[in-house]
Amino acid sequence: MTRFLWLLARNQLALMGGIVLVLVVLVCVLVPVLPLRPPDVTNTADRFLAPFSDGHLLGTDHLGRDLLSRLLWGTRLSLAVGFVAAIAAATLGSAIGIVAGYFGGRTDNIIMRGVDMLMAFPYILLALAIVAALGPGLLNALIAVAAVNIPFFARNIRGITVGIAHKEFVDAARLAGKGHLAILTTEILPNVIPVIVIAMSTTIGWMILETAGLSFLGLGSQPPQADLGSMLGEARAALITNPHTSVVPGVMIFVIVISINLLGDGVRDALDPRLRSGALSRPRPATNVRRESVPQGPGEGVLDIRELETQFHVGKRIYRAVNRVSLTIAPGECLGLIGESGSGKSVTALSVMGLVASPPGVITGGAAFHEGRDLIGAPYRDLRRLRGDRVAYIFQDPLSTLHPLIRVGEQLAEAIRVHHKVPRAELRRRAVELLGAVRIPNAESRVDSYPHEMSGGMRQRVAIAMALANEPEVIIADEPTTALDVTVQAQVLSLLDDLRRERGVAILFITHDFGVVAQMCDRVAVMYGGRIVEEAATADILNAPAHPYTKRLMDCVPELGGGRRKLDAIPGLPPAVDKLPPGCAFAPRCDKVREACRAAPVAMTRAGGRAVRCLYPETDIAKDPA
Amino acid sequence: MGGYILKRLVSAVPVLLGITVIVFLIMALIPGDPATAILGSYATPENVEKINRDLGLDKPAVARYFIWLGNMLTGDFGRSFSLNRPVLDEVLERFGATLVLAGTSFVICSVLGIVAGAVSAARQYGLADKAITFAVLIGISIPSFFLGMMMILAFAVERRWFPVSGMYAIYGGGDLPDLARHLAMPAVALAVVATGVIARLARSAMLEVLRLDFIRTARAKGVPERRVIWHHALKAAMVSIIPVLGIQAGFVLSGAVYIEIVFQWPGIGRMLVTAILQRDILLVQGGVVFVAACYVLFNIAVDVVQSLLDPRIKT
Ligand code: SF4
Repeated sequence: MTRFLWLLARNQLALMGGIVLVLVVLVCVLVPVLPLRPPDVTNTADRFLAPFSDGHLLGTDHLGRDLLSRLLWGTRLSLAVGFVAAIAAATLGSAIGIVAGYFGGRTDNIIMRGVDMLMAFPYILLALAIVAALGPGLLNALIAVAAVNIPFFARNIRGITVGIAHKEFVDAARLAGKGHLAILTTEILPNVIPVIVIAMSTTIGWMILETAGLSFLGLGSQPPQADLGSMLGEARAALITNPHTSVVPGVMIFVIVISINLLGDGVRDALDPRLRSGALSRPRPATNVRRESVPQGPGEGVLDIRELETQFHVGKRIYRAVNRVSLTIAPGECLGLIGESGSGKSVTALSVMGLVASPPGVITGGAAFHEGRDLIGAPYRDLRRLRGDRVAYIFQDPLSTLHPLIRVGEQLAEAIRVHHKVPRAELRRRAVELLGAVRIPNAESRVDSYPHEMSGGMRQRVAIAMALANEPEVIIADEPTTALDVTVQAQVLSLLDDLRRERGVAILFITHDFGVVAQMCDRVAVMYGGRIVEEAATADILNAPAHPYTKRLMDCVPELGGGRRKLDAIPGLPPAVDKLPPGCAFAPRCDKVREACRAAPVAMTRAGGRAVRCLYPETDIAKDPA
Repeated sequence: MGGYILKRLVSAVPVLLGITVIVFLIMALIPGDPATAILGSYATPENVEKINRDLGLDKPAVARYFIWLGNMLTGDFGRSFSLNRPVLDEVLERFGATLVLAGTSFVICSVLGIVAGAVSAARQYGLADKAITFAVLIGISIPSFFLGMMMILAFAVERRWFPVSGMYAIYGGGDLPDLARHLAMPAVALAVVATGVIARLARSAMLEVLRLDFIRTARAKGVPERRVIWHHALKAAMVSIIPVLGIQAGFVLSGAVYIEIVFQWPGIGRMLVTAILQRDILLVQGGVVFVAACYVLFNIAVDVVQSLLDPRIKT
């Protein structure tokens, strides 16, 4: 609770709204003892006095009544009516909702049907009908406004109650022989009250506004009694000649409603944990880059990642997801990047084209050279032109990575169209051709399918087709088969392998599966805790892993090329990237660990075509001929 | 598609019946003898006897409901005593005027709300976002009737840009430009709150969508950011925006009553208020049922649009 209030107070706008509201309420409470003129005494000699005239701070209305006094009395009435209406609607609506949610079954069905019917009405129309039946008057307007808000509470509270009604503590109370009424009041009610209060705080503004509206129409408070709405209604006749009589009550309604809204927004924000953590931030079109060191080009191969550093900045915490990673891919080569989830392999892959979600991602160092130019530092316009054209991506889960509402043919065509001017008919032909190339049967009719109409394997073929669309030099495949079934996985892998050999495209293949590496990759780099810990030709590493982590990774894969596996067979957890130890990151889980490992960062040792980051490797790479 | 529309129309029948039941029950709250209540100051003995005969008001409530329902189904909504003309004629005429006003407002608030929300999301925490968020907060806090009055002062009295009230000029009007001049202020005043609500929702819907994987895919393909926002993200966000448009249409349609009073627009809201004050019960009853039924049908149209947009909805 105190935390909630603190969060609320931190929100300056909400605080402002709260303060204004408290002031208004305070004044309203004090109205009877304030030295005001009587609100209803008419004095036709002093009609329409302007504001700031003698004795009438806000002037007078069409009957010479003091506007300040009428305003405060009216505000008092409006607030009271709105508040009572809110309480009434909340009480009745919640009672209905609790009963429906708790008893369920037919009771629930019948009640909710009725609620749905009430909600089928345009809201104000229903209030008008009720006032029509009961006759104009403030009390009747109050009843009408409360009544039309009942369904809102009933529906919300029912939802919450359904969630609670089958929790253990309710069952326990039932078994203990408590009656329904006792359970409802002692077990259910205390749990839904916070929700009721929140719902009230969001609707009370509406209710004040609606009762004021009915009064404005002449259906609410009747003369000489006046709330803010009827003051405005009466002033309307003199709008053009004496606008101040309209402005005064109108501004008051506005002030009340805006402070309630500010406060309500603050309450909602303080209660919504997603907003608190900033998770609802929109990722920018390209990852933020704030590099301290920039390696010099031009780089080797088709893609040369040098000393890449990518971090996540969440609040004051910094997570070092990628820590000075260097990788080089030769033309037509398939380089595997393997590691557990959280090792930074995906972030490495996404950093290349600035696709790390940002915020919170920031690239803080390094470079990625493609044909002599650095992609990391490239302006968005240049990066955009290269994305999908020269360097393409394939992602993990094709159901979430394809747009659900656009036909796959169009998504394919778009991949081409954003880079090359191609006539429409030609685009369609190319899309069909691409689907054929990834061995999708009936490509001619499949171009018009939506992703949800295809199987997982099909969708991933579409994703592959999309990556191939512009014949890129490099494809970065981020666990492209992890979400698929074993048999489908094998098919997709062999398709990828064939395509790469046919077209000579280089692949950076991200995976956590040594079986996949064995089948696909020429070379492999092992990643742990944001760093590359070993790198070698696939055959060498499979024959003789040098890093203890690599060895363990391979040990927990009993047969190569099998199904989905998580590497949870390694005892201990992968390190949290915000708490990396000073020495070797693998030390807490390594069974060869010694004092020296923990003391200082371990450097990469290179020999022949191999590299390893370990003080006591399993295999001496210098002796083992690469 | 046709099958889906038919299915939705059939499922609307119980809702429409429910609406008549609710209106009937509300009208049964009127204290005293129904005939006298309906006739009000016209309750002469002959009139009472005649209306009892016509509407079966001396029969039990259930019978009375079915007689009323049957009459409505044959297009007989009864006769307005205050206007001395058939209720349906008056309702249809007035509803046309409301439709022009509310329809225009609905278009304004939908387009403006969605665009503002999307811009706001695309520029999250930027200057445009802050300006829009602030404007939205003001917009949803101003009572439409007060806003309407202030607009009259500013744009019809201070600067004579628009006429003060009415739907057509009394002399020589009646053409489309004349209607547009009269329509501008009330339509905007009516749209403001709904625009704010829609903009807020559109912003958060867009922010949700912009974090999804397929947006990253679009960016990875090299789709220009403008197209990512306005094509990929907006299309997906519309799935959650459209139902809210349906709800807001209800607010615009019924909230028109305030604007019709302020701008003396000859719509059905103003008719209802007058009828309520004159206790012309049959006119109120007919007007409410008619508008509510139209709104139910409108919501079916909303569902159909939704199913066109989202192929995952089984049609
Ligand atoms: S450096 Fe030490 S702790 Fe780290 S992997 Fe090698 S032996 Fe194990």
